[in-house]
This record gives sequence, C-alpha cells and structure tokens, in this order.
Amino acid sequence: MQAEFTVKEAIVLSPNDNVAVALRDLKSGSSILLNVGSLKLTIKLIDDIPFGHKFALKDIPKCGLVVKYGHVIGRAKRDIKAGEHVHIHNLESLTSVHSVCKGEGHE
Amino acid sequence: MGYIRPDGRVGIRNHVLVLSTVICSSVVTRRIADQVNGAIAIENPFGCGQLEPDLQVTKRTLAGMAKNPNVGAVLVVGLGCEQIQADELADEIAKTGKPVERIVIQEENGGTPAAIEKGVKLLSRMAEETLAQRPTEVDASSLVMGVECGGSDATSGLASNPVVGYVSDKLIDLGGTVVLSETPEMIGAEDILAKRAVSKDVADRVYNVIKRWVELAASYNVDLVGTQPAPGNIAGGISTIEEKSLGAIIKGGSRQIQGVLDYAEEVKGRGLWIMDTPGYDIMSVVGMVAGGATLVVFTTGRGTPTGNPIAPVIKVTANPYTYGKMKENIDFDASTVVNGKETVEQAGERLLNLVLEVARGKQTKAELLGHREFMIHKIIPSF
Repeated sequence: MQAEFTVKEAIVLSPNDNVAVALRDLKSGSSILLNVGSLKLTIKLIDDIPFGHKFALKDIPKCGLVVKYGHVIGRAKRDIKAGEHVHIHNLESLTSVHSVCKGEGHE
Repeated sequence: MGYIRPDGRVGIRNHVLVLSTVICSSVVTRRIADQVNGAIAIENPFGCGQLEPDLQVTKRTLAGMAKNPNVGAVLVVGLGCEQIQADELADEIAKTGKPVERIVIQEENGGTPAAIEKGVKLLSRMAEETLAQRPTEVDASSLVMGVECGGSDATSGLASNPVVGYVSDKLIDLGGTVVLSETPEMIGAEDILAKRAVSKDVADRVYNVIKRWVELAASYNVDLVGTQPAPGNIAGGISTIEEKSLGAIIKGGSRQIQGVLDYAEEVKGRGLWIMDTPGYDIMSVVGMVAGGATLVVFTTGRGTPTGNPIAPVIKVTANPYTYGKMKENIDFDASTVVNGKETVEQAGERLLNLVLEVARGKQTKAELLGHREFMIHKIIPSF
C-alpha cells in the first residue's frame, strides 16, 4: 500500500486500482499521464478533479466495484466513464442500507 | 526520560490531577485546579443516571486516566449522592501506589466555597511533593503510543498515516507498545487486520467488533456516509467508509495484532493492540490514554487543534494547505511525502525523532496551547 510519488498530477496506489488520486487541482479536458505498476497510461479527464479527489481509469458499470489501495472501497451507483470524477454522487459504501444495487447479485 | 511509578509503569509527564466523579462536582473540581499551579482538571460529564454496563465504561475511563503513569498524584472530588462514589474511585486509583486524596462536597460544612478551600489545601501539599520529582533515564520500550486520525482527507491515507505507520513499526521493534483505535474506521479493512492477528480468537474478535458497528448503524436504517465519512472528509476527497478505513489503519503499521481491548481497558502487553472505540476523536484518544497510552500521534488532513488533559498529542499533516494555515496547531509537516521531496521512510525517521523528543519532555503544540479536550464514550442513554 506504499505510495510512490513519481508522477506529479495524480497517483495510482495499486496496480489493481480502477481509480487514481489527484495530487493537485486538475482541469476537465486535460490528459494525465499515470504509472500503473510498470505500465504507463494516459487518461483524458471529463470533469474537474480537486486535490485529493479520485477519477476513473476505465469505464465502471453500475454496481461494479471501485478499487483503491488494491482493495474494494465501494460500488458504482451508476455507470462511470473513464476520466470521470468518482465521489459520493456515483460511489457508495458496500454497507449502504439504501443501495441501488440490492438484489442485483452485488452484495 | 520518564517517571517510574510505584506500579512499575513509566510516564513521560508528571501531572497533578483533579478528577470529578460526576458533573455536579465539576465546577468545584475546575476551581481547585485553577488555584494550584501545574494542576489539571478532568471534568466527568456523567457519573449518575447510568445503567450498569454504561457505568462500567465511565468508571474504567476515569480510573484509567488517573492510573495513567503520566499522572503523579490525584485528588478525587465527589458530590456524595452520585453513582460513582469518590471513595470507591480513589481506592481503585490508589492500587497503583500513587498518592490519592478525596473530598466530598456534601460532607463539607459550607458547600462550594468550603469544598474548594479544603481541596486547594490538599492539592497544594500533593503538588509540592509530586512536582519536585525529577525524571530518570528510561528507554523507548516503555513508551505506549496511541495513534489517531481526525479531520482526515485524501492526504491522510496517502502520506501522513503511512508515515505514522512507519513509526508504529519502529517503536514496536524497539520493544514499545502501540494502540490503534476507532473501530468504525476499520470497516472494509477487516481482512487485512484479521490476517495479522496473533491467534484465531483475536482474528474472530477483530471481525466481531467491526461488524457490531456496521449492524448498529443499519439498525437505525441509515447509511454511514455523512457521518463516516464526515462532511470534511468528503470535501477532502474521501467517498466511503471503506476508503477512509483503508487509509486509516495504515497508521498502526504492519506488525502482528496482540489483542482487541474494550474501550479504556488497560493495555495488557507490548506490541500492537486494537482498542474498540468510536471514531469520534476525543472519545477515541481518551479511551487509549485511559488504557495506558502515554503519548498520542494524531494525523489530520483538514486540521484539528485537539489535545488531551494528560498525554501529549503530536499533530501530523500531509496536506500542504492545512500545514500552511494551521502551523500553530501542527507539530509535523508530512506534505514533503505528497510533493515527492521525502520518502515515507525519511519522513518516518524524522517523526520518530520528534516522538522521542516529546517523550523526553518537549512540549507539543496542543500542550502549549492548553488543548485538553475530554469526552467519554457512552453505550446506553442516561436514565
């Protein structure tokens, strides 16, 4: 879970993650170069991403799992596109008692 | 440097404590402490109208604060008719062998002024003897460090908690003790913690204490979001409790987990321990200090000023904006890790040095500014 701070704009904490964390305020439309494990990946942002907030590295379907630190941090409340801001408007805890995903095999 | 108490435990401060048994004796408690230089008051907000299991938590917390080796002498101030009786509490504290006196307001002839006058006399005598003690050379293995995070944001999980985790591992390797608390902030990280448990019993208990908090929230038919994470956490980029937890547990480091303690239960040995507490910072810090933590390292993203009545609290942030705005409250800047100027290990070595300096007497910002917040976990409403 140890972070490596080799890229300035954003960081992917584990190779299995499908979100990155912004290390400064990032603008919609900008292309962000990321290290994912030993691979390089470029993501074009479709939202503004404030410092410390997350954006998707790939499309995540509704009720799909969101992974950060190499572990599940919740599931998508609706379809999320690569480059989109991932936060409480489209991400919920697995503990949610008012989940939109109840009964869809995602428990 | 430390103060070796009659029970063998080692403190890094030498406080003279005035402790109220119940809210009704709190004004007298505070005024006695105000009149004796160097004395510290702890005002108990409960002490009456409590069902037995809840009463036990309060009693254990008060006794634990007074028994903590950072305290050299104690004056217990009771009202007389309350559930937590001054004699009983004082006898429990006296088991440590440290000096303990008691006064009971209803037994004095003259109410508040008479109780204050008598208390000041007793306390002055105790303070004179206690404050004359000088610390002796002890090693780092006697340290009991509580780790806490509050006002977290994304930088907490990215940098400040990993830096504190490095110090936790180092301190344990030196023979010391670390307490990791805030059970609701372990939701989603159960497997990682349980895997490190010393036995299957401890692993089961890790799962059980975390599950209990999930079920408690669900029993009210509410989602945790908005409470855990809190509004400031959300503004800082944390979306779910799982995300908060995965960032939070790193501050306990990576060593084996020796056991799971109840709130304010005395730490039973060296190494890493989990204490089952709320995530509410003050309740959590007080629980760990009552359990024997002599020092607390507290990471923050959004910035928080809070301290503890008897234990130094070292504030760490990795958010460069927060450090810039709240240097007066923050002891350690870990934003160097976020901007790539230092590795986690380099910042960790710097923080370890600060921890050892504070243990030798260096005052923390929270101590210098008089932050002594106190709050006890409650498990049943008052009756």
